[in-house]
Amino acid sequence: MAFNYAEYIRPGKLPHIWCPGCAHGTVMKSIIRAIDRVGLEKDRTVIVSGIGCASRMPGYVDFNTLHTTHGRSLPFSTGVKLADPGLNVIAVAGDGDALAIGGNHFIHTCRRNIDITLIVFNNNIYGMTGGQFSPTTPHGKLASTTPYGNPDYAFDVVELAMGAGASYVSRSTAYHAIPLERQIADGINHKGFSVIDALCTCPTTYGRRNKLGSAVDMIGWFKDNTVGIKAAGKLPPEKVEGKILTGVFRKEEKPEYCDEYAKIIEKTGGRS
Amino acid sequence: MSGKDVFYQGNEACAEGALYAGCRFFAGYPITPSTEVAEFLARRLPTVGGAFIQMEDEIAAMAAIIGASLVGKKSLTSTSGPGFSLKMENLGFACLTEVPCVIVNVMRGGPSTGLPTGPSQSDVMQARWGTHGDHPAIALAPDSVQEIFTETVRAFNISERLRTPVILLTDEIIGHMRERITIPPEGELEIWERPRPTVPPDQYKPYDISEGIIPPMADFGSGYRYHVTGLNHDETGFPTNNPSLVQPEEERLMAKVTENLDLIQKYEYFEKPKARIGIVSFGSSARSSRAAIRMAEEEGIKVDFLRLITLWPFPTDAAVQMADKVDMIIVPEMNLGQMIEEVQRSIAGKAETVGVNRVDGDPITPTQILDRIREVA
Repeated sequence: MAFNYAEYIRPGKLPHIWCPGCAHGTVMKSIIRAIDRVGLEKDRTVIVSGIGCASRMPGYVDFNTLHTTHGRSLPFSTGVKLADPGLNVIAVAGDGDALAIGGNHFIHTCRRNIDITLIVFNNNIYGMTGGQFSPTTPHGKLASTTPYGNPDYAFDVVELAMGAGASYVSRSTAYHAIPLERQIADGINHKGFSVIDALCTCPTTYGRRNKLGSAVDMIGWFKDNTVGIKAAGKLPPEKVEGKILTGVFRKEEKPEYCDEYAKIIEKTGGRS
Repeated sequence: MSGKDVFYQGNEACAEGALYAGCRFFAGYPITPSTEVAEFLARRLPTVGGAFIQMEDEIAAMAAIIGASLVGKKSLTSTSGPGFSLKMENLGFACLTEVPCVIVNVMRGGPSTGLPTGPSQSDVMQARWGTHGDHPAIALAPDSVQEIFTETVRAFNISERLRTPVILLTDEIIGHMRERITIPPEGELEIWERPRPTVPPDQYKPYDISEGIIPPMADFGSGYRYHVTGLNHDETGFPTNNPSLVQPEEERLMAKVTENLDLIQKYEYFEKPKARIGIVSFGSSARSSRAAIRMAEEEGIKVDFLRLITLWPFPTDAAVQMADKVDMIIVPEMNLGQMIEEVQRSIAGKAETVGVNRVDGDPITPTQILDRIREVA
């Protein structure tokens, strides 16, 4: 039986603001299915975002939703979670939101290991403002503010999250909607900070300028240019060279922030 | 039942007042001269089942307290000049989304890093207009350690009842000064809670003003699922750019303050018969003013004194009352003339004004004010 998204979409809030061909809707659907798979209670789930195309997602879904300021989804999420650790907190952010203006919050939330799941809608561009280069725009690519090619180098979300100490780190793509769903569910179930790098596409402001073909071509590119990390170990190096690795890069059990704070409350004789 | 006497620093009194008011969440970032508020609450909050968190920066701390408040916890952050600047964007978010929270700014010299250990009162205008856009502003400025305690309680009360951020403006002098204070027994000071919905969740609209201009606020996680956004929004909480909805929304945010002046405005007016000179001051400069007025009286010069406890919304009527009587109003403040402009605006030429201003990191002394009194007498 087809999945019933209507149960999770707020009546009257669609159509969304995303452009035709944008992959954000696919990622949103993976998030919805993951929440359903885990069986989160709507009343006890909070979805938090910052500013940008991806950050409009919470408005469409029927949870406690919080659309905050640019880059700040994680510190708002941290306040929500620590104030009521029983809540399920999911943060969504674009690549600019999560890694440029919100970059400091990103690394420190990784370090803190608080039980929040972050999904980065990573489409390599600032879409809402019309196609300026972001921290994940590859070197040399064109954007409205890099008309001669991007002189910057891109962040690798997975490496950044691992280096900063996130306890769950994975990557999938909008082409791999089912594995993405599984990773998000896994991240929600994981006790600690989870980062899911969800590669997606912006045909309107990135693909067109860089001649990456149609929206379908761009999604198809993920199929041909990614290798699962398990498979990568068994393949000859030339088959892995230049490919983007996907899969679960880290899943580590370590004490979670709210649990640690609960111990402090207990130690000091407080009642939580 | 009598209270408990303690010998407290102003910053400690602020933290104790927050606990008394029911604050159960603090997020902050170290900054002189406010850090003792954080240190005190790091020790005490877990003992009452609350939570303390030191965030990665000032912006994050402001964000975290708004998040915690949405869950229903009374929340506080403390900072000083440069940190106050960093909090401005999220302060505006709290204004527009109507999330109660209290921000303590222990003022130090500026601009920029300025004088980190020196006192100042130079954030008066930033407290009013620091965040972008039109927005309501409430700022309270106690002048003693005891009053820091009671005004912190009042800051929480006002913030909760009006669903808007409240700023407590202290300064390095009263923040670090120690005085004996009495912590009142539980129940002696009134504690207010935010209005919460009485309708069932399916009928709840987060910005429904059919019962009054302060809409009831549901806690996230309590069964009332709703949307909060920093975009202009309609009564359901969802974004709108409909001019006929945005204009009344913005005007209502202001009206929450202007229609509740009695609740917010607090000042003391000490009148002397036939005084022709008045002083308007606040915070630690009010302490020097009080001494200067005594000294002037010994010389036979009578001076009226208006001590502002609420700076924003500015108690215009009190300033006018003074201007109707005296010829000259002296405004001592540790800045280069911020509050004096508000006094001038309020009194619209009914009296002359002159400042006593100091920004060198030393307090305004009673003698400095006395000199000015003599000049104009």
